[in-house]
Amino acid sequence: MAKRATKAKPELLFDQTDWDFDTLRRTFDAIEQVAREDLDLDFYPNQIEIISSEQMLDAYSSIGMPLMYHHWSFGKHFLGHDRLYRKGARGLAYEIVINSNPCISYCLEENTMPLQALVMAHAAFGHNHFFKSNHLFEQWTDAEGILDYLEYARRFLASCEEKHGLGEVEATLDAAHALMPHGVFRHRRPRQLSLREAEEQRQARLAAAEQNVYYLWNTIPAKPDGSQVQDADLLERKREMQLPEENLLYFLEHYSPILKSWQREILRIVRNISQYFYPQKQTKVMNEGCACFVHYYILNKLHSEGRLSDGAMLEILHSHTNVLTQPGFDDPRFSGINPYALGFAMMQDIKRVCVDPTDEDREWFPDIAGNGDWRNVLKHAWKNYRDESFIQQFLSPAVMRRFRMFAISDKSDSRYCTVTGIHNTHGYRHLRDVLAHDHDLSALEPDIQIADADLLGDRCLHLRAVRRNSVPLDTASKEATLKYVERLWGYKVEMVEVDAAH
Amino acid sequence: MAHFIDRRLNPKDKSLSNRRRFLKRVRSQIKKAVEDAVRERGIADVDRAKNVSVPTEGVAEPSFRKSSEGGRRERVFTGNKTFQTGDRIEKPPRGGGSGAGRQGSPDGEGEDDFLFALSREEFLDFFFDDLELPDLVKQSLKEITKTHPHRAGYSTSGAPANINIARTMRNALGRRIGLKRPKDKEAQELLKRILKLEKVAAPTKKQREELAALRAQYEDFVRRRKVVAYIDPLDVRYNYFEQRPEPNANAVMFCLMDVSASMGEREKDLAKRFFMLLHLFLDRRYEKTDIVFIRHTHDASEVDEETFFYSPQTGGTVVSTALVVMKEVIEERYPPSEWNIYAAQASDGENFSGDSQKCVALLTEELMQISQYFAYVEIVGEDEAQLINSEATGMELWESYGRVAEIWPNFARKRVSTAADIYPVFRELFAREPSGQGNG
Repeated sequence: MAKRATKAKPELLFDQTDWDFDTLRRTFDAIEQVAREDLDLDFYPNQIEIISSEQMLDAYSSIGMPLMYHHWSFGKHFLGHDRLYRKGARGLAYEIVINSNPCISYCLEENTMPLQALVMAHAAFGHNHFFKSNHLFEQWTDAEGILDYLEYARRFLASCEEKHGLGEVEATLDAAHALMPHGVFRHRRPRQLSLREAEEQRQARLAAAEQNVYYLWNTIPAKPDGSQVQDADLLERKREMQLPEENLLYFLEHYSPILKSWQREILRIVRNISQYFYPQKQTKVMNEGCACFVHYYILNKLHSEGRLSDGAMLEILHSHTNVLTQPGFDDPRFSGINPYALGFAMMQDIKRVCVDPTDEDREWFPDIAGNGDWRNVLKHAWKNYRDESFIQQFLSPAVMRRFRMFAISDKSDSRYCTVTGIHNTHGYRHLRDVLAHDHDLSALEPDIQIADADLLGDRCLHLRAVRRNSVPLDTASKEATLKYVERLWGYKVEMVEVDAAH
Repeated sequence: MAHFIDRRLNPKDKSLSNRRRFLKRVRSQIKKAVEDAVRERGIADVDRAKNVSVPTEGVAEPSFRKSSEGGRRERVFTGNKTFQTGDRIEKPPRGGGSGAGRQGSPDGEGEDDFLFALSREEFLDFFFDDLELPDLVKQSLKEITKTHPHRAGYSTSGAPANINIARTMRNALGRRIGLKRPKDKEAQELLKRILKLEKVAAPTKKQREELAALRAQYEDFVRRRKVVAYIDPLDVRYNYFEQRPEPNANAVMFCLMDVSASMGEREKDLAKRFFMLLHLFLDRRYEKTDIVFIRHTHDASEVDEETFFYSPQTGGTVVSTALVVMKEVIEERYPPSEWNIYAAQASDGENFSGDSQKCVALLTEELMQISQYFAYVEIVGEDEAQLINSEATGMELWESYGRVAEIWPNFARKRVSTAADIYPVFRELFAREPSGQGNG
């Protein structure tokens, strides 16, 4: 009794659903304290922006970035979202978070105070920590420079539109967007140019292009033996192209015979943006899992300390479970594995294995079972893994049983689908392999490479698509996309599909 | 440490430009959808926002992606109830529903048409695309009696209400810096130091000298602050407004309709659609649009909209009475020097014999001289429409109006038989003339 009397009753952070900036700040500070002192998270400074629903729709349509160049496809997405939202068919996201330094989170003004708390814990600490610590983001994205770069991109494209007309710029962007998924380096990281360097390089290109148009030289007849030299030049150039090349936009930017310097710069911009998003595509499960785990832990902690009321906590849990539902395969809502649900379940399970392991866990995870240090195990995982390797390493039988997972194989020449494994002793490893493979972006996206570019002859560009498991490319979209490649290359483009060697 | 920023007051139409670009791209498809919409819609909601669906071709964003068929694939599902390893599940027939093993379309929109909503403004833009008010130029040149203030930079004189504070303060700041006016803070500090020195009971020689110097400096400060004003009349700038002539911005629209027994529900409905379109159209062109409803049988009167369309009346048909009432109303309330006058008349073409001559006289001698445009729509039965295939022949009223149209280019007559005709006829009446002819 005495002890209880001396300890002052902790004050509620808020007791109503409406929010104001004071409450937000107070709650944010409380959340930050748990994130920093208990979970020991490492995050960029936070910038939290309150926006209206229209602004949220705006942000949606420009792929979630606060500034973006203009293109009709963003307008199309805007209209699509707008219609669904107005119809009530789809709600808006509670927040959007941007991998930048400072880390910007957009929170919807319509959120109630408990939701704002949820959103801040989720985005400003969960995602933020993941962005800052995960090795993919660290290696491949430039959180410091992204907003500057987008600003540069927007101004550059606007100036192109002024100089060369809307139609020309749109045509180039259309083609570049079609190849966007194939504008990333998967294996080597390109040297990062600073904004100033990028601008200098562009100026140099421009100057070179202007010098090339020196009509006086064109009137001098070429030397009769000049062709020989030229041939050698071309051979040398082809060797320099380092074929095969999987980054189609990079290749076209550098070697397309017809593009003007401003068009090459557009390809470069699109490719850089694509590269920026590449880590996010590879870490959906982990990124969302991390954010969900963090908000769940922090808010529960605040609740247990008496700083969140029961009512607020119930509202938070309601939203939490809405997002984290994993419907079964026969449910009409089923649309694949919910990355939020899988990530959260796996991370909660890691915590359980560390704290309260079973014999099975000891067998599966001998290095972490029962060590009690779940904070560091999780932080290690968040730092060093991506979806595929994370699942391969940490998916436990307990989670597979909980989701009642089963694997089905489908061969096009068979009348039947076969169940190849279920959640039992024989099936665990197989399930884990299949699920990990299913989250391997390089296996999900078609593997397309530039095989050859005949610069000496008819200048035909040869592409090669390697089929994994004999899955062909979608014919209609392939034809349409090849047209765009032709537009950028300027000459004939051919593609062959070959089966991967086994 | 977090920064909270309230962005709600920022401009929200950040993607407006993207939206316009998209609409431009699908222009032709939208126009078709809008025309369909007009045909199907009721009158009351013709100008509502509209859902438009556009075929995906032209707005598709293709990329290389894997086909949803062929090859071998293996996936993990959740929610197993009865399956055991080795179970075989028969595939659903090709093209059938969503059986297990089918890969979801990578792009959520799939093959279906792309659906989106046009705002009311956008809808009307497409709706009235290429339409122009007849003779607007001629009339407005004649009518430059009104002016409207427009911002035109800054001036050094003006009314106090128009002071541009930002400009004024900027000039004042520049002048204060230029003339080295001591700042308030500096003067205060000086004063503080003086007071401190004054408090010293037995000042040394050095302190006395310092005090004297400070006092001199302070006086200088005070003097300079007095001489160099904080805000000088020189600094003050006013927003300058220029009076620019504006074309007459008011329009009045006369709806004339025959409500005798021969006009049934169908005819009235068609007429209403036409009036509706005209009103929408005028509403977009003019700041203020008035509507006057005049109905007539053998006798005409001005009525409100409800009565105009829905209250039954019986009697003969004397068209000229409506024109007389219109003339009276104009004389009474709408002086042609201040109002652009439009009239639309709907009738089934029947008239008291001999009255048509009177109508022609009224129109040519008086009404057409003060009207911008007069449109006559004759509503005929669907079977009739097939019989009458010549512009020249028709009932007495139609033929008489033909003579008016010969004299006055801003008089038009058209026949309408079904709801689907209304919009094309309306478009024909107001189609933008090829440039050069417009000024007639």
